[in-house]
Amino acid sequence: MKNSVAFGQYCEGKSFLHKMDPRWKLVLAVFYIVVIFLCKNIFTFALVALSAIGLVALSEINPKIIIRSLKPLVMIICVTAIINIFWLKGETLLFSFGPISVYLEGIINAFLIVVRVILLVSVTTLMLTYTTTPIALTDGLEQLLAPLAKIKLPVHEFSMMMTIALRFIPTLLEETEKIMNAQRARGADFSTGSLKQRAKALVPILIPLFISAFRRAEELAIAMECRCYTGGEGRTRMNVLHSSYRDLVGLIVTVLLCLAVVLINKFAPGYRISM
Amino acid sequence: MKELIRAEHLSYAYPSDEDGVPAHQALKDVSFTINEGEFVAILGHNGSGKSTLAKLLCMVLEADEGSLYIGGKKMTGDSVSDEDIYSARRDVGMVFQNPDNQLVATIVEEDVAFGCENLGVPSEKIRKRVDYALATVGMTKYARHETHRLSGGQKQRIAIAGAIAMKRKCIIFDESTAMLDPAGRKEVMGTIARLNREENLTVIHITHYMNEATMADRVIVMSDGGIIMDGTPGEVFNRATELWDANLDVPQTTELLWKLKEAGYDVKTDIFDPCECAAEIVRVLKK
Repeated sequence: MKNSVAFGQYCEGKSFLHKMDPRWKLVLAVFYIVVIFLCKNIFTFALVALSAIGLVALSEINPKIIIRSLKPLVMIICVTAIINIFWLKGETLLFSFGPISVYLEGIINAFLIVVRVILLVSVTTLMLTYTTTPIALTDGLEQLLAPLAKIKLPVHEFSMMMTIALRFIPTLLEETEKIMNAQRARGADFSTGSLKQRAKALVPILIPLFISAFRRAEELAIAMECRCYTGGEGRTRMNVLHSSYRDLVGLIVTVLLCLAVVLINKFAPGYRISM
Repeated sequence: MKELIRAEHLSYAYPSDEDGVPAHQALKDVSFTINEGEFVAILGHNGSGKSTLAKLLCMVLEADEGSLYIGGKKMTGDSVSDEDIYSARRDVGMVFQNPDNQLVATIVEEDVAFGCENLGVPSEKIRKRVDYALATVGMTKYARHETHRLSGGQKQRIAIAGAIAMKRKCIIFDESTAMLDPAGRKEVMGTIARLNREENLTVIHITHYMNEATMADRVIVMSDGGIIMDGTPGEVFNRATELWDANLDVPQTTELLWKLKEAGYDVKTDIFDPCECAAEIVRVLKK
């Protein structure tokens, strides 16, 4: 169970990407997503895909890990591909079989949309979760959102909640597994029966899990209080975020990429993605 | 020796709750003084009030009656401000029973830094303190590891490092070894004893493992919310019959020697080290 949560795990490293400022990484990841959505034809997709491969190389993370993180998406990818292949009408009819007709445009479109989904997921996981510790990420988010604290939004509380949630996800997963085993030992059956029966079988897992989570929360609150936690005011941080030349390089490259995409979209011919 | 904690006639009762659970008098008229640099073990069976006492000392709970002084400052009564409590918490920390429920951050060094960050220590100083604290508990090479992957003993050492980084004078261990395996227990007890010796850290160790209590300078035995014995391990465990009456064990060596004595052998009964115990038996047998 623990191993299946590859999506959203930090990979230790000392690469260029690891050393970037999390605040910039957040901003650039959003920028990058915009760029991906700006892509209209096959050339721009090729360019962005190349840059994504460059990012993987820059992160020094084994590409296998990134491919593994795409596994949960296989279903979504298949469904979107199939919908696009069979439903999209174009000019070049490849073949038709009864009411179903497949056009070349449909296949290209399906391909481009799949590439887009893969790019979206791999680039965001690469930039945010794989190369940034969850703590750095919440820190970055807290500082980026800091101006919102002026209009009384609970920014620090929000980031503290995120930190604690991230800290307890593995612990609670482990606990879920323990409870499931305990219920199995008492004869519970989680894998057979109708959907309704299976959903019902989850109740004896959820109740103990919730009770224990509440107890943990109470103990954690006392522990935090004993460690002098009084909220965000007057707190300092051990790791202060510093922007470096890397962030400037990242910004310049992303801006150039964006420009290139816009220009190619405008002047290069080729199939234009719909959707 | 400077006094660190003084309790005078502390009493605490858990209030009755809505479900009809009656009020429970957990502590009755408890008085003691703990000096800086002492290693005190508090023994007692379940429900003897030892964890309640720990919570009072950390100011998680407030005593109904009696007074508590930390570092000479009064911590009970109406005149106590939040500031006072905050400053007392800088000196006295607690390591809890469940190692999982006290670590806040996902990365070891971030967790060690948590307390210092709350105190508002400048960043560079936190870095130094964290490195020092990790070195003291022997966890330097785990600095960048994820907390949930550590063993129970390692997690407790991280919790101890968090308290060291805050430069606390006293750590209360509330059955911190109860959920650990023997190896983890040994590792945590070793760390505690070393910190007490080398860093002059005041240690209050609540436990029901008798052999851990023998490592302390002083043992306080609690029963039914009150203190029934207070003395060196030798003095306390020499009163084995009283301990048995309070539903407590004595260390295995003491138990063996005590039974030999009852059987008519002339042995000393205040020995806790297995080797010394063996030597004592050999001495008596040779006679």
